[in-house]
Amino acid sequence: MIVARLATQSLGNRSLSAALTVLAIALSVTLFLGVDKVRTGARQSFANTISGTDLIVGARTGEIQLLLYSIFRIGNATNNITWKSYSDIAASPDVAWSVPLSLGDSHRGFRVLGTTPAFFEHYKYRRHKPLEFSQGAPFQGLYDVVLGSSVAEELGYALGDKVIIAHGTGRISFIEHGDKPFRVSGILKKTGTPVDRTLHVSLAAIEAIHADWTNGMPAPGQTISADQARNLDLTPKAITAALIGLKSKLATFTMQRRINEYRQEPLSAIIPGATLQQLWGLIGTAETALSVVSAMVIATALLGMVTSILTTLNERRREMAILRSVGATPVTILGLLTIEAALLTLLGIALGLLLFYIGLAAFQPVIDRSYGLQLSVDTLDWDQWVTLGAIFVAGVLAGLIPALRAYRLSVADGMTVKT
Amino acid sequence: MVLEKSANATMHPQSQASHGVIDISGARFTWPGANGFTLAIEAFSLAKSERLLLIGPSGSGKSTFLSLLTGINVPDAGVISILGTDITRLRSASRDRFRAEHMGIIFQMFNLLPYGSVIDNVVLPLSFAKMRRRRVEQMSTADTEARRLLQCLGLGAEDYEGSSAASLSVGQQQRVACARALIGRPELIIADEPTSSLDRDTQLAFLDLLFAEVQHAGGTLVMVSHDPSLAPRFDRAIKLDEIAWTSRKRGQK
Repeated sequence: MIVARLATQSLGNRSLSAALTVLAIALSVTLFLGVDKVRTGARQSFANTISGTDLIVGARTGEIQLLLYSIFRIGNATNNITWKSYSDIAASPDVAWSVPLSLGDSHRGFRVLGTTPAFFEHYKYRRHKPLEFSQGAPFQGLYDVVLGSSVAEELGYALGDKVIIAHGTGRISFIEHGDKPFRVSGILKKTGTPVDRTLHVSLAAIEAIHADWTNGMPAPGQTISADQARNLDLTPKAITAALIGLKSKLATFTMQRRINEYRQEPLSAIIPGATLQQLWGLIGTAETALSVVSAMVIATALLGMVTSILTTLNERRREMAILRSVGATPVTILGLLTIEAALLTLLGIALGLLLFYIGLAAFQPVIDRSYGLQLSVDTLDWDQWVTLGAIFVAGVLAGLIPALRAYRLSVADGMTVKT
Repeated sequence: MVLEKSANATMHPQSQASHGVIDISGARFTWPGANGFTLAIEAFSLAKSERLLLIGPSGSGKSTFLSLLTGINVPDAGVISILGTDITRLRSASRDRFRAEHMGIIFQMFNLLPYGSVIDNVVLPLSFAKMRRRRVEQMSTADTEARRLLQCLGLGAEDYEGSSAASLSVGQQQRVACARALIGRPELIIADEPTSSLDRDTQLAFLDLLFAEVQHAGGTLVMVSHDPSLAPRFDRAIKLDEIAWTSRKRGQK
């Protein structure tokens, strides 16, 4: 249809401002989708990190803090729990299994976790998915280490390689357990959880490398070689936290209360799912703020479109007068301008989607590597389609502002432009 | 006047006998606003195939007269009958469609959509006028007819092919506007000072082309101008103040 072609040509005549308008809308749509992706990605990745564990036990501390340091390796424990308390709880009749966790050492920025082989059996992620080995097997020897997939990938380790563990959790450490090197016995498959970025050793190994240490420092004048350490009693005195599986879910609350009221030592027990909910409550406000900001950016882009159409209206009065003279009704003029706004919004959304997917594909590996956040490149979900639809409707409605003005102008002007 | 209006209102618009192309009686229109300009036409008619020159200086109400004739504005009272249809009784959208079907309009200048191609500019009215489109398509296609008209008006394909309407000279643009007004043979051609932006020689040549094509299409021509020297070339020339009475509410503009 000629009118549609002329409308497009009219738009093409103003291609620079049209292109900038489309770009502004596109960038705002990309931002919105990006924020949404990171938000849901983070939420999903958090929610998928732990599954099948009924209780997490640690020293008396904040519930969220315990969850963060024991599972997500964020922050540090302020206190340990004694091996005695742990053994006591693990032995109670309701407990089906328990996995002790000991944190505090690192290797080139990656955390080292001291645990038992039971960890590989009972730690589950993403709806009861167990850990799997891509190569090798769980640690057996004292100085065996099992690497998370990202650790192996980024540091280029293979089975049998030597690994030296550093004291403390900083990225750069000045004190290393250089006298007791570890050998890579297994490498885990990718899980998308903090396990990927962890080195797993036995609890006994953690004891062994600290055997000649006192007060967090190598004891002066006293060294115990790697082989001498094998003969020591390597039962730990304390651990950082423990994962507990119960025989019956019904016992969860009773068990939690019993641990929280444990006489011999102040302890905390948390239910991972419940504490995750608390975490969402905490960061929900920040999420809302992010969404509001990206909605504002979209509103700004649409306002920019309205402004750019409005500023062209005066010079287009002649165009509208010509259309009126050949029989176009004011409603046709209204329609043309609304269609123009709709077209700009639609192009903006399409370009925004394109930029979003290009950006996602480009930055996904980087984000995964630096933040351990796995963002999947998948199709839009229903909510996102609804949002894009809402942006389109908002664009059309915003387009009505200049369209109605053009309508009034063309009714008043008719075929004669009195300017 | 009130009686006339009600008497006319009972008649079917199409049933008026022995009508001309234009029949105006007792029409009066006042622009809204404090300084409202009023134009009143007691009686005016124009026969088929007539070529009329309407002379008036600027500010004499020519634009108001044309806006009433083309149905952009509706008189507060009276009858404006075009081809037997009282357009004052049509609804706004129907008036727009009526204008598209039966009138070809040429402005003083800036007649064309500058970014569009010449051919698109010429065939533009056919998008709004079914009958004109059908008339064109009975004989050939819209594109061919546009080229034929342009050829008759002295514009060959080499003059406009591959360039936008804005790149033509003013005289060429007026001829394109002329082709647009004529395509599909509307009964009434209305030209609002179409030659005033042209030099004298071009003016006369343009008028010759316009007359020839209007005659060929069997149309009726109303041309408005401030220039009385064009009068001898028309069948009839009248001053606007001979048929219309004008006033302003408060003082002069």
